[in-house]
Amino acid sequence: MFLTGKGGVHVPHNKNTAGLPAVRMPAPSCVVLPTSMHIGKPANPVVKPKDHVNVGTLIAESSGPVSSPVYSSISGEVTKIDTILTAGGTFVPAIFIQSDGQMTVDESICPPVVNDYASFIEAVRQSGIVGLGGAGFPTAVKLDVKDTSRIKELVINAAECEPYITSDTRTMLDDADDVKAGIELFEKYLDIKKVIIGIESNKPDAIRRMKAVFANDDAVTVMTLPGIYPQGAEKIIIKNTTGKTVPAGKLPIDVGSLVCNVTTIAAIARYIKTGMPLVEKCVTVDGTAVSDPKNVIVPIGTSVKELISFCNIKEDDIYKILFGGPMMGISTPDPEAPILKNTNAITVMGLKEATQPKATQCIHCGKCATHCPMNLTTFAFGRAYERNDAEELQRLRVDLCVECGCCSFICPAKRPLVEINKLSKAMLRSYQAKQKQIAAEKEAQKAAEAAKEAKKA
Amino acid sequence: MNRLNISVSPHFHAKATTRSIMLDVIIALLPTTIAGVWIYGLRSLAVLAVGIGSAVIAEFIFNLIAKKPCTVGDLSAVVTGLLLALSVHSNMPLWQVAIGAAFAIVIVKGVFGGIGQNFANPAITGRLLMAVSFGEMAKAAFPVADTVSKATPLAVLESNKMMFENGVYFIKNWKGDITGQTDLLSLFLGTRGGAIGESCTVALIIGCIYLLARKVITWQTPVSFILTVFVLSLIYTKDFNMALAYTMAGGVFIGAIFMATDYATTPYRPWGKVIFGICCGAITVLIRFWGNLPEGVSFSILFMNLLTPYIDKWTSKKPFGGEKQ
Repeated sequence: MFLTGKGGVHVPHNKNTAGLPAVRMPAPSCVVLPTSMHIGKPANPVVKPKDHVNVGTLIAESSGPVSSPVYSSISGEVTKIDTILTAGGTFVPAIFIQSDGQMTVDESICPPVVNDYASFIEAVRQSGIVGLGGAGFPTAVKLDVKDTSRIKELVINAAECEPYITSDTRTMLDDADDVKAGIELFEKYLDIKKVIIGIESNKPDAIRRMKAVFANDDAVTVMTLPGIYPQGAEKIIIKNTTGKTVPAGKLPIDVGSLVCNVTTIAAIARYIKTGMPLVEKCVTVDGTAVSDPKNVIVPIGTSVKELISFCNIKEDDIYKILFGGPMMGISTPDPEAPILKNTNAITVMGLKEATQPKATQCIHCGKCATHCPMNLTTFAFGRAYERNDAEELQRLRVDLCVECGCCSFICPAKRPLVEINKLSKAMLRSYQAKQKQIAAEKEAQKAAEAAKEAKKA
Repeated sequence: MNRLNISVSPHFHAKATTRSIMLDVIIALLPTTIAGVWIYGLRSLAVLAVGIGSAVIAEFIFNLIAKKPCTVGDLSAVVTGLLLALSVHSNMPLWQVAIGAAFAIVIVKGVFGGIGQNFANPAITGRLLMAVSFGEMAKAAFPVADTVSKATPLAVLESNKMMFENGVYFIKNWKGDITGQTDLLSLFLGTRGGAIGESCTVALIIGCIYLLARKVITWQTPVSFILTVFVLSLIYTKDFNMALAYTMAGGVFIGAIFMATDYATTPYRPWGKVIFGICCGAITVLIRFWGNLPEGVSFSILFMNLLTPYIDKWTSKKPFGGEKQ
């Protein structure tokens, strides 16, 4: 409606690579595979230095219910296992592998036996597949809903709303059969009756292709979504495809929606078909420092530096390297950082764009709030944060912020609002933990007193 | 390789900055400024120069004394000075203009923390200070050029209230030799007595369209403000032409387009803007028909500025998936 106004911003789409099929880069000289490329517990290494590994050899196994195994992406020798700093800012053990240049495929690779719900979930668990849209949440954990009747519909997230990135677009164009096979697997084993594929309107080719592929499938709807960022945010795409609102603090499955990225579902189909786990990733390399943008199929663990030299980017032009797109991507200080499972783009920026604009005083235009897809009163966070007012932050629901970046993007005063939001969220978390602790202590004290009373009596 | 920059996302930013927004407002004010100078003569240029100059100098000196970074570059002082000068008469004594502009910048904006922190619109408060301190000069009608030697319509209305109410005197006094229709036309074109920037309705509408096209303002406030004035005037006068005349006379258009859309002092949610506009319109009409003052626009906006935090509270949206705050 005119007056209610939905959040979100119009970002430059810059989908320069949408028409370019992915090219495979030659085997890198070495790879670094962190044991944590997912949300959850890091995997446990099962190889030691000097071991020989092939493409698809298990090198770290899943260490708990929320974890994901890691497979070697090249053939060669394990050189060391050492702690590295990931682009996400955490230190994790990583397995270093020196290539033998052969790219020999592991002999044990064979398609998994899948015949029911449990074996399907187990196969997804073994595939090492995580949310490839960027979240990195182990897919098997998401799919393991126990009772499949809870799933009312499957939403395939193909919005790809970040500027530059076209790896999902290429999945839909080049691997449409895998997408179809993946959806059929979900329909079969998760008992899904209704599938909605949500694609932003800036990808007409992908929409046409998907419509053609699913022309005879009544259960699948291809929905064109307006090109407004962040269309692909999970709760937003659920709202815009199904009309349902996921309540704060709840999961999509609580309203009957299962959301899966389009590349993730294609990867699952490929694993079930071939048995080759997730060892490579289509990555969009673009940005203002890139004269020849590309979609590249990269072995996971390849260093950004090697990918950049493959794309012929002049090193002198590079002032910022992002894992992901410019809206939510993480800037890395280290060009040796490895490509992760959930890396869908490397954005390389020149000097002008790499420099953050100078922040000036807030003019109270309210644009951060009116453009917030979560309807938050963003401008109020900063003041509450500055005076250490966690209660106010709780009232303002800063915890609902998805850090999409609309507020910082639109702010005329160029204030680092996402940064403030992240700090505020951290403050609120520690406050809530403290409150919990105080409550627990009080409870314990009460119990102790009661026990004393009982003793006296 | 160069040393890599790192920063928190996002790494893209919209083009609009505080400065570009202020520049857009200045551009949008140019048509009415040019029209004002053309209608009221070169004296108005002096008023504009003094208004802008003293606003900028006041901001510069205030920042120096307050040991704050110099904010003259964001052009907001220019906008305040220009708006203030446009809302007074062309023969306003220059020292009074200077005092009004300095008051607007230092007292209304500066001491509250500078841009974005003021609770009331600086230009309006400055204008009202001049109206209450220097009395007649600000509100009265003193034409400059002979060609437009007419009293401001609202001042005529004020002094002839009774006569006006039956709808005859007003038109007769107003049009002189001209017909009723050209009378409305002169209001539309601004060839009448009034403040420098408020009279040329068509120029103000051009500025409004520019601001809307540049997405600096939204349509809610100007439309609801102007429509409310028109509808209530229509109810009161029961005469379509008269209601039109009422709407175009005085500072309704400049107020609704440029002052009631100030970011810091007006609601930010679309519905809040509608409430703000309707209330401003209603108060303007109340003051005009039943108050002692000839002009209600400034007071209505100032009054609503004070209620803005409450309107913001009432119109706040519940977080997506959360409960109402």
